[in-house]
Amino acid sequence: MAAPRVEELLARAEQREAQLQPSVAVEKELELEFDLGNLLALDRNPPARAADAQRESRLRSLARDNTQLLVAQLWALPAERADGATGPLVAQLPEPSYRLPREKPLPRPRPPTRWEQFARLKGIRRRKRTALVWDEAAKQWRRRWGYGRAGGDPAREWLIEVPAGADPNEDQFAKRLSDKRERVARNELNRLRNIARGALPGRGLHPTGHQSRAELGRAAQVARVSTASLGRFQPRLPKEPAAPPPRGGKKRHFEPLLGDLAAERSRQLELLRGLSSKKPPLDLKRAVNKQLREEDAEAAANKGKKRGQRGKRGRQRPGGGKGSAAKKGGARRRQQQQRGPAGRKKS
Amino acid sequence: MEALDRVVKPKTKRAKRFLEKREPKLTENTKNAILIKGGNANLTVTEVLKDIYALKKPFAVLYKKKNITRPFEDQMSLEFFSKKSDCSLFLFGSHNKKRPNNLIIGRMFDYHVLDMIELGIEKFVSLKDIKNSKCPEGTKPMLIFAGDTFDLNEEYRRLKSLLIDFFRGPTVPSVRLAGLEYVLHFTAMDGKIYMRSYKVLLKKSGCKIPRIELEDMGPSLDLVMRRTHLASEDLYKLSLKQPKALKPKKKKNISHDIFGTSYGRIHMQKQDLSKLQTRKMKGLKRKPIAKMTEEGEGISPKKSKSV
Repeated sequence: MAAPRVEELLARAEQREAQLQPSVAVEKELELEFDLGNLLALDRNPPARAADAQRESRLRSLARDNTQLLVAQLWALPAERADGATGPLVAQLPEPSYRLPREKPLPRPRPPTRWEQFARLKGIRRRKRTALVWDEAAKQWRRRWGYGRAGGDPAREWLIEVPAGADPNEDQFAKRLSDKRERVARNELNRLRNIARGALPGRGLHPTGHQSRAELGRAAQVARVSTASLGRFQPRLPKEPAAPPPRGGKKRHFEPLLGDLAAERSRQLELLRGLSSKKPPLDLKRAVNKQLREEDAEAAANKGKKRGQRGKRGRQRPGGGKGSAAKKGGARRRQQQQRGPAGRKKS
Repeated sequence: MEALDRVVKPKTKRAKRFLEKREPKLTENTKNAILIKGGNANLTVTEVLKDIYALKKPFAVLYKKKNITRPFEDQMSLEFFSKKSDCSLFLFGSHNKKRPNNLIIGRMFDYHVLDMIELGIEKFVSLKDIKNSKCPEGTKPMLIFAGDTFDLNEEYRRLKSLLIDFFRGPTVPSVRLAGLEYVLHFTAMDGKIYMRSYKVLLKKSGCKIPRIELEDMGPSLDLVMRRTHLASEDLYKLSLKQPKALKPKKKKNISHDIFGTSYGRIHMQKQDLSKLQTRKMKGLKRKPIAKMTEEGEGISPKKSKSV
């Protein structure tokens, strides 16, 4: 008799408890999917249709239920108290599992530079250099380069010894400056070359096809060359313009295999005739005359240029005495200039 | 590594840091959003943009001037803005007779438009229309999507992904449980999408888990899907690709049972079984042969049986 009464008592006690304390239980047909890394919950249950008036309250109760479930999941995570026993309760979130697209494409590894390739071949490894160097003159540890470097500021050099084999009248300071400029330019060129080596023509293709005409053309060209094999080439599209004639000098000009047989015959005979003739191929007299003519032409051109320069300088000099000379020079220069374009037009 | 590979070398450390922040990385920065007004944006649309800017601060930029562009026709100016301000999400609001109260929500991949979805605003209740206390700026919201349409319909699935991307905020390793104050609830019902924001009140309950009470807080929008411009499958797959370095390293030689038991494998060298150390039992001790013959002739060595 006592057993059922105890059960009754317990049941009644539970009921009273449930009434007093608000419950955290939520009933759902389908379980929700959670992604706690993103604080995300996905509810697959079809929502109950409601009229306009009750829609807001329906939505709110649905939201409340879903939020309750999500919070229950979050409270189940391993939590600890930050900053000791009195700090706020902090839960460790897992990695977000919902896959979202990236902002930018994956980073590509940089292709090795020319030096790096060589070093890898030879097995040369990088030696770590010390940050500071002992400066004997200042009796201090100074930087290797930069502000306050060991060996003094190179811009403040007031004495440069002329090296043994150099011209005594050469400006060593200017030479130093120009050498530095050359080094900087060479380094820049090599850096750009390394970058250019890494950038292949097909790599710059944009995923959505927003491409400049030139880039697309280049990519198409590369594709056409890559798909060619054993003399079989990709056919041109109906409206595509014909292939541009292959460029190349005298030596890259290839005749078709079975072309003009008569022309080939005549060419071969010409060749044989040249081989068998007793005359030397170089006509010495003709060559010498040609050279003399060229030299004369050069001398004449230089003379004209000098006169023109003098005329220009004459014009710039201030004032009177040389005025007439200047005018003459200027006139001659103007004449030459007029001749120049006319000459070009004729040719 | 690719930072120092660009044609124009940065001359200051600040410029270098600026460029390094914008280059592609293994773990990316939080996505920023640009909020743009179209050529003729009315009051509703402007208010919506302002409210969403308040939600997304500081990971959003609100453009104050009107920009006369049509995103669905020409994406050049959007891409230019995205490149300038390094933002990969955008929200473009406009209004005209054919498409009143129009919102175009979209995202970029590599500064080119990936997905764009046009939504119409049917009803809008602003932050300032609801007079109660708000949650602090920059709170990470809880996101809840209700309705089976979000899984069945392809466009709705992309919209769900877009909305998660837009509103999720920075990825954090841990969260203060008492600071979960804000929830964004999206319901797909009757061809419309209802977006509601509530402030979460944690009340005492019998057990450790608090009871949730919701208070209507922030902007609430009733949206209708109009046009879409979704990326092709392969482009979308390319954008989803994660670097291998980020994948969790699998511990070798450990396997798990469906019951939860974990098994480990140990690889041993070949053992000489004759030299194994076992329990010593005196009875099994091998006696020397002399002793055996002494004990009895009956004991004969074993004969092999022939079959």
